[in-house]
Formats: sequence, C-alpha cells, structure tokens
Amino acid sequence: MKRSEKSLHGLGAEFPTAASLLHAAQKVQALGFRRWDVYSPFPVHGMDQAMGFRRSRVSLFSLIGGITGLCTAFALIYYTSALNYPLITQGKPYFALEPSLPIFFELTILLTAFGTVLGLLLLTLLPRFHHPVFNWDRFQRVTDDGFFIVLEAADPQFSNETSRKVLQDIGGTHISEIFQDPEITPHPARPTSEVVS
Amino acid sequence: MRADNSSAQAAFAHASDYLERRPLVANRRPLSWITDHVCRIVEQPAPMWWWILTIFFGAMASLTPAMLTYLVSTGVGVWGLNVPVCWAWDITNFVFWIGIGHAGTLISAILFLTRQKWRTSINRSAEAMTIFAVICAGIFPAFHVGRVWMAWFLAPVPNANAIWQNFRSPLLWDVFAVSTYFTVSLIFWYLGLIPDLASLRDRAKTRFRQMAYGLLAMGWRGSNRHWTHYEKAYLILAGISTPLVLSVHSVVSFDFATSIVPGWHTTIFPPYFVAGAIFGGFAMVLTLLIPFREIYGLHDLVTDKHIDNMCKIILLTGSLVGYAYAMEFFIAWYSGNPFEIYAFTNRAFGPYWWAYWAMITCNVAAPQLFWFKYCRQNPWVVLAIVMFPNTGMWYERFVIIVTSIHRDFLPSSWGYFSPTWVDITLFIGTIGLFVFLFLLFVRFLPIINMFEVKNITPEADPHTQDSHSEQDSTISPPSSTKVHA
Repeated sequence: MKRSEKSLHGLGAEFPTAASLLHAAQKVQALGFRRWDVYSPFPVHGMDQAMGFRRSRVSLFSLIGGITGLCTAFALIYYTSALNYPLITQGKPYFALEPSLPIFFELTILLTAFGTVLGLLLLTLLPRFHHPVFNWDRFQRVTDDGFFIVLEAADPQFSNETSRKVLQDIGGTHISEIFQDPEITPHPARPTSEVVS
Repeated sequence: MRADNSSAQAAFAHASDYLERRPLVANRRPLSWITDHVCRIVEQPAPMWWWILTIFFGAMASLTPAMLTYLVSTGVGVWGLNVPVCWAWDITNFVFWIGIGHAGTLISAILFLTRQKWRTSINRSAEAMTIFAVICAGIFPAFHVGRVWMAWFLAPVPNANAIWQNFRSPLLWDVFAVSTYFTVSLIFWYLGLIPDLASLRDRAKTRFRQMAYGLLAMGWRGSNRHWTHYEKAYLILAGISTPLVLSVHSVVSFDFATSIVPGWHTTIFPPYFVAGAIFGGFAMVLTLLIPFREIYGLHDLVTDKHIDNMCKIILLTGSLVGYAYAMEFFIAWYSGNPFEIYAFTNRAFGPYWWAYWAMITCNVAAPQLFWFKYCRQNPWVVLAIVMFPNTGMWYERFVIIVTSIHRDFLPSSWGYFSPTWVDITLFIGTIGLFVFLFLLFVRFLPIINMFEVKNITPEADPHTQDSHSEQDSTISPPSSTKVHA
C-alpha cells in the first residue's frame, strides 16, 4: 500500500464529449488545481483559456530561428562573394541586395521551420516514450474518441478521496488511480494481441 | 393572403435547401468511425490489387536508377539534348514535378490560413504527393549538371577550386528554394502526422507495429499542454509555407525569366508559373484521390463537395494560365521586338506546333468543362477531365523550354530536339517512382488527417454540442449539426 501510494501518478477520469471535457476543465481550473492535464483526440476549442494558459512561446523560437536564418544568409553571401574570394561575374557588384533576396528569404524560412520544431519539442518535452498515463488501459482511446482529465498526485491540493470526489462532481466516469509503475496499475499496461479486438 | 404566406414559406424552404452548406463529414459519422475507417486501411492485410500495383510500379520505378546508371556510365550524350537545345526533357520534367507538388502545400498552408475547413480530409495525401513529386523533381537537375559526382559543388562548402558558388545566379537560388521547400514540406507533413501515428500506435496489435508507430509518434499523448504548442507550431509552419510555396515556383521561373532568351525573358513568369503549378497540382491530387476514395469507401470523408471545390480551383487556375498564354502573345506583339514576335509565332505555328496546341487543348479548353455542374459531380468524369491538365502541364513546360531555345538569334544554329529512348524511359521511371511511393504511403500511413477531420465534426465543437444534445432527442434538425465551413 505504501509503495503504491508513493508511485501514484494521479487520478484519471473519462468524459463523454468535448463539451463535457471543456466544462469539467473550467471547474478544475476554478478549484485552483495546478498539476493536472486534459487529454483529447484533437485540440478542443477554448480549452487553452479554460486551463488558464498563456500564449504559446513556440513563436519565440520561430523568431529566433528566422533571425538566425537571415543573418546566416547574409553572412554566407557576403563572406563568400565579397570577402573571401571576390570574383567578377558578368560585371555585377560583389554584393548587392537584389540578387541576395531569394537566398535571404529561403534561409529565413528554413531556419524558422527548424526553430519552430525545436521550440515545440522543447516546450512539450517530446519525444517521451513512457508516461504514467499510458499505464491506464482506458487511456488508449485518447487517440480515438476518449476525453480525459488527470489530476496529478504532485498537486498540493491532491488527496485520493477529495480529488476523486472532484472528478465525480464534474461528471467524470471510470475514475481510476494511475501509477508510475506499470506493475501496480490493475490493468494491462499496453495492448497485447488478445486485448485489442 | 394565406396562400401567399404558404407559397412564400415554400419558396423559403426551397431556397434554404440550396443555401444549406453541406457537412464536411457526411452522414454524421462519430469520431470512432473516422479512426476506424482510416486506420483500417493500414491495419488490414494488403489487398491483392495493392500487391499487383506496387510490384508493377516498383518495377517501373526501377527504370529510374537503371537509366541514371546508364547515363552516368555512358555519358550525357545518351540524352537527346544538344546545342542549341541544352535544356530539354530533363528540365521539363523537373519543372513538371516540382509544379505538381504545389497543390499539396497550397492545401495544407494557404487553405489552413484562410480557414477552409474542407482541406482537412485531403491535406495529408496532398502533402505526401508534394514530397514524392519533389523527390522525382530533384533527380533531374542533379543529373543535368553532367558530372553528377560534382553536384556537391552546388552546396556552399569549401572545395578544391577555392571558388564559391555564384549567389547572383538564379540557378543557385533554385537549389536553395527547392531544398528548403522539400525540407519544410517534410517537416510540415510529419508534424501533422504525429497525432495520427499515435492513433495507429494505440491500435497496434503486434509489438513491431507498436514500436514502429510509437517511435514515429514520439510519445504523443494528446495532452492539452501539448496541443496548445502544437497548434501554434502548426500555424507558424502554415504561415511560413504560404510565402514559401509562392516563392518556389517563382524562383523556378527566374531560371528562365532572368535570361535574355525570347520567350523566356518575361515578367509575367512568376505568377504564371505559380498558377500553372497549382492547376497541375490539383489535377494530380484528384487523379490520386478519386480512385483511393472509391476503393476504400471514403465517400463520407472526401465528399462530392471536396471534389467540386477542387474542380473549381482547377477551372480558376486553368483560366489564369489561359490568360497568361494570351498575354504572352499580346506582349510579344506589343513589344515590337522581331525576335520576341518570332519566338511566339514559331511557338504556335513552327515545328513544335503540335505541342503548343496540345497544351492549349489540355490546359485552357478542357478545364472549361468544369463550368458544368454535371462534370464536377461525377467523379469518373472528373477523373477523365483532370487527365488533360496532367498531360497539358507537361506540354506547357516542354513548349516554354524547347520552343524558345531551338530557334534563337542565329538561324545558322537552329535545331530540332527529339528525345532519345533514355529520356523517355527515365521520365516513365519517375512516374513509376511517384506512384510507387504513393502506394507505400497509402499502405503504411493514415491517408486522411484523422484528428483534423474529427475537429470539424459537429461533436468536436464544444459550443454547439450543448444545443445539439438537447435538441437531438426531440426534433433532431439536421441544420443544427451542419459544419459551417
């Protein structure tokens, strides 16, 4: 019992629709929970506000990537064409803005894309192949048609009894404990060939 | 008075039948139906027709490396190009393939920014098509350089000559444009795949599939703390892909437009090329999508409305291309430049007249059939009509490239280009490669963007959901559940 409590990740509850998930999330946020999360097969409209998120910072990474790309393009063209080996071709200036614009543009776009993906991975801490929520057998449906809220044990407000009550009150069904350790979780952790039909 | 009222009501009801927007997912399919129907394609054993087609197109694709090996081991002389026609089938094929890719990015990026929700069920396959088309495209300029083992000279890395790349050349811009386009398209495509790969992972019945899709899905768990960043990243990628897709074919057109060759030296080229690329790309999207929609019974996801919309885009861009053809002639006449006038007269009535009129028939005349609703509504008629743009866009590039250079300023150096069997076989090989890659994609990845399609169903909208569930039990009006695209 002690061991299982220690490795308790949190309490999970299932909701029937996107709308019920949104309303439930608004209530959880209003109750002041901090360590909790909502899981859905697609981004639910209005959920970011319901959970009290600020604007995503991915755009900052994109901006940094874009500026890096532009500077790289300028440095590359200027260094190679005007500094390192200036070569007259067709009587054109060694460096000019006009013929450089396509390269400026392309490298800005390329590094913006890299920055965006890097920012996404850093902010979401992905790839992460193991997570306690995967130990919950019902959770497989999150990529199909399942809507879930998980209240984490790490939250200062968390207690097994009151949090369970909260999940019941907001309309959650199939409330169950989710453990860090796949051995303890009552259901088979991952699908085997027999379980999934 | 009473009769007036009822007839007015009847007229109103009649009008609302027409004004009603058709739902983007037909028959009010539930979320799990969408997952099931899309994942099933990947999960069921491969049908016999898939094996037959894959082996056939795989064999056809193997012509590509075979011809390239023959080309490199024997010499560039095995291609039919020679002075004065030094750009011929290879560059025609390059521009043809790169143009096809544009519809994918247009659907995924521009239609995303303009909130065209019908894009969701076609964007995945269109983006896949983009990537495969750019792969086919890249082969041609890489081998056109002649000594392909020196193709790395195009990359700005120090080499033994100590000479850098010429950044003032549009050909180098093209290298940057095409490689950026490929990379960003691939990233965009993969990013959109992640939640759907997680669906396949969670449904996997064997350990191997679970591991393979699991690794690709990067541990995606549908957390809203992830979705918020994911949506932002997707929006930014759509935002940067929009100018990118418009720039790529513009840069490709600079290869021609910045030269002084009559017929190439034209300021209309960038928008003209972009319109043509979208035109040809949508034709190819329909060519691939209509058969797979029939085979897999995806009529509720790729509805007649989707096909209708794409036909209208083909009609629009086909007419734009037709306008550009006419404007080229007008400007040639208006310029008063004898070389310019000759280039265009020669294009339509010279030795390559057959290519020019094939182009006009396929690109300008054939799409006009899409003015008729009947032609847009019947998928097999659509499939027959889009074969014209598919062919015509190849002819367009051939006409622009070959007819402009085969008779330039000095009549003593005029010539006539004919392709060799190597030219023809290599092009057939890339068609095989393109279809082969698409067949593999259909077999191993979800061809419809499941999570985005779910997101446009009525039950995904948390705000209409309340009214829907209340009304559903009593009167169930179809109008309240329609998706307003």
